[in-house]
Amino acid sequence: MSRLLAMLRFLGGEVVDRVWRLGCASRFFLAVLVKSGAALSRFPLLLREIWFAGVLSLLIILVSGLFVGLVLGLQGYEILQRYGSAQALGTMVALSLLRELGPVVAALLFASRAGSAITAEIGLMKATEQLKAMDMMAVDPVARVVAPRFWGGVISMPILAMLFSSMGILGGWLIGVVFLGVDDGAFWSSMQASVDFRYDVWNGVFKSVIFGVAVSLIAVFEGYDSEPTAEGVSRAITRTVVTSALAILALDFVLTSFMFRGML
Amino acid sequence: MKRSVLDLWVGFFVAIGIGALLFLSLKVSSFSGIDQKDAYTVSARFDNIGGLKVKAPVRSAGVLVGRVTDIRLDPETYEALVEMRIDSHYAFPADSFAAIYTSGLLGDQYIGLGAGNDTEKRLANGSDIKKTQSAVVLEQLISQFLFNKSVEGQDAP
Repeated sequence: MSRLLAMLRFLGGEVVDRVWRLGCASRFFLAVLVKSGAALSRFPLLLREIWFAGVLSLLIILVSGLFVGLVLGLQGYEILQRYGSAQALGTMVALSLLRELGPVVAALLFASRAGSAITAEIGLMKATEQLKAMDMMAVDPVARVVAPRFWGGVISMPILAMLFSSMGILGGWLIGVVFLGVDDGAFWSSMQASVDFRYDVWNGVFKSVIFGVAVSLIAVFEGYDSEPTAEGVSRAITRTVVTSALAILALDFVLTSFMFRGML
Repeated sequence: MKRSVLDLWVGFFVAIGIGALLFLSLKVSSFSGIDQKDAYTVSARFDNIGGLKVKAPVRSAGVLVGRVTDIRLDPETYEALVEMRIDSHYAFPADSFAAIYTSGLLGDQYIGLGAGNDTEKRLANGSDIKKTQSAVVLEQLISQFLFNKSVEGQDAP
């Protein structure tokens, strides 16, 4: 009986702890937004973070995009040619990349490549008491350290997602047209006929902006909130990657369900 | 202004981002097909539209001339009221007729616009297509066929 009680107590404690952290994260998000005016006006700081989050993620995003496109082209061709509609390959590759795979996979890669790095950086700054030192010098660490990293991530994410989709489509083209012999004109024209700029491309970009906000917020919050020890930082990094992945997939479901309801 | 290598990289990053957006907008997608400005709206009534959807193509002789913009049920006559925008490069005679066809055996449905014989009056913004032909519904076709068969069976002794 007492073991059951202890289990219940543990469960309740965990839930309360999660809700508590969620509240802290929301307050932190507001603080970052309020203090981001000062961060955005100092352009070189922001530039460095775009470089750190965006440019350094470029290689993994481009290469993974290409491979995802190659696989989509291969599998899509295999299925579509059974029904004699291999020309629809372009449509299939473009729509699945623009609506879902581009934003989601790019965000997952971004979380594990840039999000973890941001958490590690801020966590180590905290562990080595650099944040405290800044506070002592009357420099607000949220405005100086956190806000530029947050905005750097938010700005980089949609660009990376668009690059991912573009590379994927080129990969699908490479497999479909160059290797498997789908007609080049049919590939592009069927794609253009069924991909709408506002409905498909723009919604995908909007999705990636939301993911960018979520991943960057989780990364900076976990870093800022980490225990200032070596173990605490490593735990914070793990939490960043896990929480970001869950947040991305859950948000994706919510966004998809109200964006792509089908056009009645 | 002092330049650093970092600026170059960020510039490169943003530039290829814009390049990707241009690629996605110009090569991959289309801006809703028919331009909103150079088009006129006509409506047509159908007994049954089958699986016709908003944004379905309107074709004449197989050429894309417009898109379906709105589908409603007329509350008085219980007919489907379909509105479509047609590219103003194409002026159709006022007695043209609209029919709902299916592209391929299982493909999407579209509106086929057949030109009439009226040489003077043309379809204009807001005009109504009088002659229409509903979508062929497979179940109705089959039940009709079965009904005819059973009638034949009764006639024969």
